[in-house]
Amino acid sequence: MSGSSATTPGREATSAPGLLRLRGIRRSYGEKLVLDGVDLDVDAHEVVALVGASGSGKSTLLRTINLLETIDDGVILLDGEDVSDPRVNADRVRARIGVVFQHYNLFPHLSVLDNVTLAARLVHRMPRATAEAKALELLDSVGLAEFAKAFPDRLSGGQQQRVAIVRAIATGPELLLLDEVTSALDPELVGEVLALVRSLAERGTTIVMATHEMAFAREVADRVVFLDAGRIIEDAPAREFFAAPREARTREFLARFLRA
Amino acid sequence: MVAESTKAGASRGPTDLGASGASNEPAWRPSDLELSRRTFRRKQTRRSVLISAVSTIVFAALLLWAVAGSPGWAKVRESFFDPEVALASLPRILEGLWLNIQVLMVAAIGVVIVALLLASMRTLRGPVYFPLRALAAGYTDLFRGMPLIIVLYLVGYGIPGLDFFPRVPVAVWGTIALILTYSAYVSEVFRAGIEAVHPSQRLAARSLGLGHGQTMRRVVLPQALRKVTPALMNDFVAMQKDVGLISVLGAMDAVRAAQIETAHYFNFTPYVVAGLLFVLLAWPMIRLTDWLSARMRVREQGGSIV
Ligand SMILES: Nc1ncnc2c1ncn2[C@@H]1O[C@H](COP(=O)(O)OP(=O)(O)OP(=O)(O)O)[C@@H](O)[C@H]1O
Ligand SMILES: [Mg+2]
Repeated sequence: MSGSSATTPGREATSAPGLLRLRGIRRSYGEKLVLDGVDLDVDAHEVVALVGASGSGKSTLLRTINLLETIDDGVILLDGEDVSDPRVNADRVRARIGVVFQHYNLFPHLSVLDNVTLAARLVHRMPRATAEAKALELLDSVGLAEFAKAFPDRLSGGQQQRVAIVRAIATGPELLLLDEVTSALDPELVGEVLALVRSLAERGTTIVMATHEMAFAREVADRVVFLDAGRIIEDAPAREFFAAPREARTREFLARFLRA
Repeated sequence: MVAESTKAGASRGPTDLGASGASNEPAWRPSDLELSRRTFRRKQTRRSVLISAVSTIVFAALLLWAVAGSPGWAKVRESFFDPEVALASLPRILEGLWLNIQVLMVAAIGVVIVALLLASMRTLRGPVYFPLRALAAGYTDLFRGMPLIIVLYLVGYGIPGLDFFPRVPVAVWGTIALILTYSAYVSEVFRAGIEAVHPSQRLAARSLGLGHGQTMRRVVLPQALRKVTPALMNDFVAMQKDVGLISVLGAMDAVRAAQIETAHYFNFTPYVVAGLLFVLLAWPMIRLTDWLSARMRVREQGGSIV
């Protein structure tokens, strides 16, 4: 339970029982510093919206949490365990975290059902029948059961993203990461995907989502984190963040967004 | 005035554009415009079929006239197209062809296995795997560059010379030489297919917790194989005729049989027979390859014309 290494930086700020704790995350691509010392706490059942201009590092941060990206410095604690330790089995950690990207999520050569059950069968060693029963139940709950046998190219973009979300939660991850899951969709398809995210939030799923949908962030997120040039400039309860942003940069960003 | 014209337009409906506005019409009937378009297309099709038929006949007649009219035709016909010799040599050649087919099947399986291994080796990342990557790269460079016939000689005469494996039939050495050469080509085809799979697919698989091997086997390779199937089949067709080269090692295949029959009858017809048999053997695969790539093209274009 409790992390054993006393030498890791940032251990002093560990009073809250956070599910996810990031301390001093740094990452650069060549010369370019993309994440410049990010600290972030996410409690269980919390929904955190990650906002910021394009290129501010939102996607990189999400990939970092999921260990799809190496870091140059910092600590990632998942449920108290230092998962940024190179000795940790990254596949095992990733299996505990669900991720949905902007697009190209589904495997085109597998049916919807196989997409949803793949990880359960291969990673969690669940028997096929059990995995499929569970997947069908989930698909049914989001109104996609009729597409179980279909291949992804037969589905609309919104349906595909919903299947991707179902796939990400199918193995019961502790944390769900969503990276602009609606930004590749036509406006009329955005609603159905957001509705699914909303219902997951209501059921108590822990979510960190990068998004450009400010109205949605305000409605669903408990907290909003504003990222600018790889730094967290503001981290506040959603209501406060939009009603009374403290930082000038945040106000600028919001003004630009609300005008657009 | 304005109201009137709107009403008139609405009551007439946009029939001349073929779009049915009223949803409770009993059934859709093509508009007159569409019907006239179809008549025009049918006429066009008939015309082009007629033109191609006429031009084919004229071309064939010209060719026949040129060949049959040439001064040496009678002699060539006698020594290359003698029906009696063809019939007499057929059983031996067929027997030889059976060996070609056996070699082909074993080699094809061997090629797929070795090529998959090579391609997977070359996609490994990380410094630990440098020797494997380098080995695979060296192998493909070597055997893509070396003419098959030289590989055949080196393997077929060189390895038996070591005397490690006495009494191995020459066809086995031929098969190994074919596998060496073709696996180098085919591994490049696989690699191209693997690289054509969008990187996000790998990312999506890894983010689900699948390991490198699982991602490769369950996500990347199935998609890669689909993409390169026509190219693979093309290589198979090429190999289908290259199996004839094992005759240089003295294997009793169709080419060798034809050679012997040719010497026996003082007539080249057996070579023509063997050649035609190889074409016949390859033909279904060639057609299948064409059909498959055409179908994949259609699927990728999603039904659009250009
Ligand atoms: N693989 C990479 N190689 C080099 N630079 C990269 C790479 N990935 C991201 N970057 C750079 O890192 C910065 C942050 O990228 P990131 O994708 O995290 O931004 P983002 O906040 O998600 O933006 P968006 O809102 O457009 O998705 C960008 O300047 C980008 O150019
Ligand atoms: Mg992004």
